[in-house]
Amino acid sequence: MVNGKKLVVSASPHLRSTQTTTRIMLDVILSLIPALIAAIFIFGPRVIPVTAVSISSAVLAEYVSRKVMKRHQTIGDLSAVVTGLILALNLPVSIPYWIAAIGSIVAIVVVKQFFGGIGQNFANPAITARIVLLLSFGPQMGNWVTPLSWKTAVTTSATPLAVGYGNAGAPSLTDMLLGLRGGCLGETCAVALILGGVYLIARKVISPAIPLTYIGTVALIMLIAGKGDLGFVAYQIMGGGLLLGAFFMATDYSTCPIKVRGKIIFGIGCGIITSLIRLFASMTEAVSFAILLMNLLVPFIDRATIPKPFGTPKKEKKAKEAAEK
Amino acid sequence: MAKQTKLAKNSEKKSLRKEFTKGLISENPTMRLVLGTCPTLAVTTSIVNALGMGVSAMIVLVCSNIVISALRKVIPSKVRIPAYIVIIASFVTIVQMIVKAFVPALDKSLGVFLPLIVVNCIILGRAEAFAGKNPVLASAVDGLGMGVGFTFALCCMGAIREVIGAGTIFAGAESLLSIAGITGFDGFTLIGENSLFSPMTIFILAPGGFFTFGILMACANKLAERKGKPKAELGGCSACPMAKNCALLAKGEGCEEKEEAEA
Repeated sequence: MVNGKKLVVSASPHLRSTQTTTRIMLDVILSLIPALIAAIFIFGPRVIPVTAVSISSAVLAEYVSRKVMKRHQTIGDLSAVVTGLILALNLPVSIPYWIAAIGSIVAIVVVKQFFGGIGQNFANPAITARIVLLLSFGPQMGNWVTPLSWKTAVTTSATPLAVGYGNAGAPSLTDMLLGLRGGCLGETCAVALILGGVYLIARKVISPAIPLTYIGTVALIMLIAGKGDLGFVAYQIMGGGLLLGAFFMATDYSTCPIKVRGKIIFGIGCGIITSLIRLFASMTEAVSFAILLMNLLVPFIDRATIPKPFGTPKKEKKAKEAAEK
Repeated sequence: MAKQTKLAKNSEKKSLRKEFTKGLISENPTMRLVLGTCPTLAVTTSIVNALGMGVSAMIVLVCSNIVISALRKVIPSKVRIPAYIVIIASFVTIVQMIVKAFVPALDKSLGVFLPLIVVNCIILGRAEAFAGKNPVLASAVDGLGMGVGFTFALCCMGAIREVIGAGTIFAGAESLLSIAGITGFDGFTLIGENSLFSPMTIFILAPGGFFTFGILMACANKLAERKGKPKAELGGCSACPMAKNCALLAKGEGCEEKEEAEA
């Protein structure tokens, strides 16, 4: 008894972080708001119902599947909202609403809840759902609306990567920075995406390791492939879904390596696969497949990057000792 | 092993009905024993293909079970696997030629998977686990039950994948019905070209096969769980529903797969 107060001894942990899943997810949502607003300006008001359908069906799918499986309800952690939002940003604006809803259901039920819900999924739900939709509804998923054409009459145009750098019809780099190009509704505005990414890094929600190594690797390979043409490098970085993928999808907690060393390997791997697909494959879907493929390798990367506990003998020494014995 | 010899002795007394019905659900080769997954995933893009595959495999299974069971005392146990394969391959060749002659369209769509029935795990598995130890009649009934179970599972998958993936049902039925002399029916189109929805193509591609198979297996496990039976899992030898019939496990060796999975 000191000063009449009781000495309370509680079990550890004594220091708690204020970070909660809900707070992290809220940060991710906030960081995606600039991209969403840019999308509304670029592709018109139809962005709002597409996003609303995608988010609401994701949340509903999560609610129903948790209910059916008789597990505790997890819609409150907002992770389903994030999945629905990211999926919406990965769809063309002209997508029929029912396809957006199917995408959300695949993401939540098949990719996430079948494997045990949040934190247990081995692949990013939004990216996997996007690939499923792409393989299922090719024509609808490749119907790219011309930016700003919603003001007059909606027309379609090819994406920058399909057109190719320097060809007729390729958008200028300034247009690409502002997002005035064909593509998925959330992937076009480079400025908004970088803004969101910087916010996440500043809030320490994501580590800069994956986006930096991912984009860096793509830049390096494109620099070599483009024989030093910096315009080509910028075109490749801002074209396609690289920025959206690198900042918001490759960094998903449950589907990227734990240690920084692992994250660097993961980022470089994503960069190499993306570049190879873009340079040599006939499909333009580089980022989705790169992230999905690297997601599958995460357990192996994690196993290879287990840190050495302090005080244990070095590997060579151990091998030597074993040889002596 | 003791249980098995007892089973063999009592098998004549036991009703053959049980040998038949076990293959349908409780020991369904694809859903419960997880055998023959290769044709299950590859040919179930339509219900007609699934039916063709299932019936072909069933004919081979029944015939080879009968012959193997009849020869079970002649075949030395050391060379039993090659002997079984020769018998199975003969029947597969016969079936393949018949299909080629009478239903060429089916032969075309099944492709290499028709001759591959030779190495179908279900057929060799039943030969090893049942026909090699039991009398002819019981083996024939066992083969029939397993064959019907296999066909049923394939048709379930085929129906789901065809309806969702292609928007049709019984497409290509004309090739099968033409044997019976019926023409003019070639399936229904559920999702037309101008309808509001379009079919989800991924279901007739390989990933869709895995999705459907996984979901159906989960349902089968759920049903089995309700009846108090163990789940079908790819979790090493002890989890295998064939464990009690496995010769290697009886010797205490187990398959190599198990060690790899646990390592």
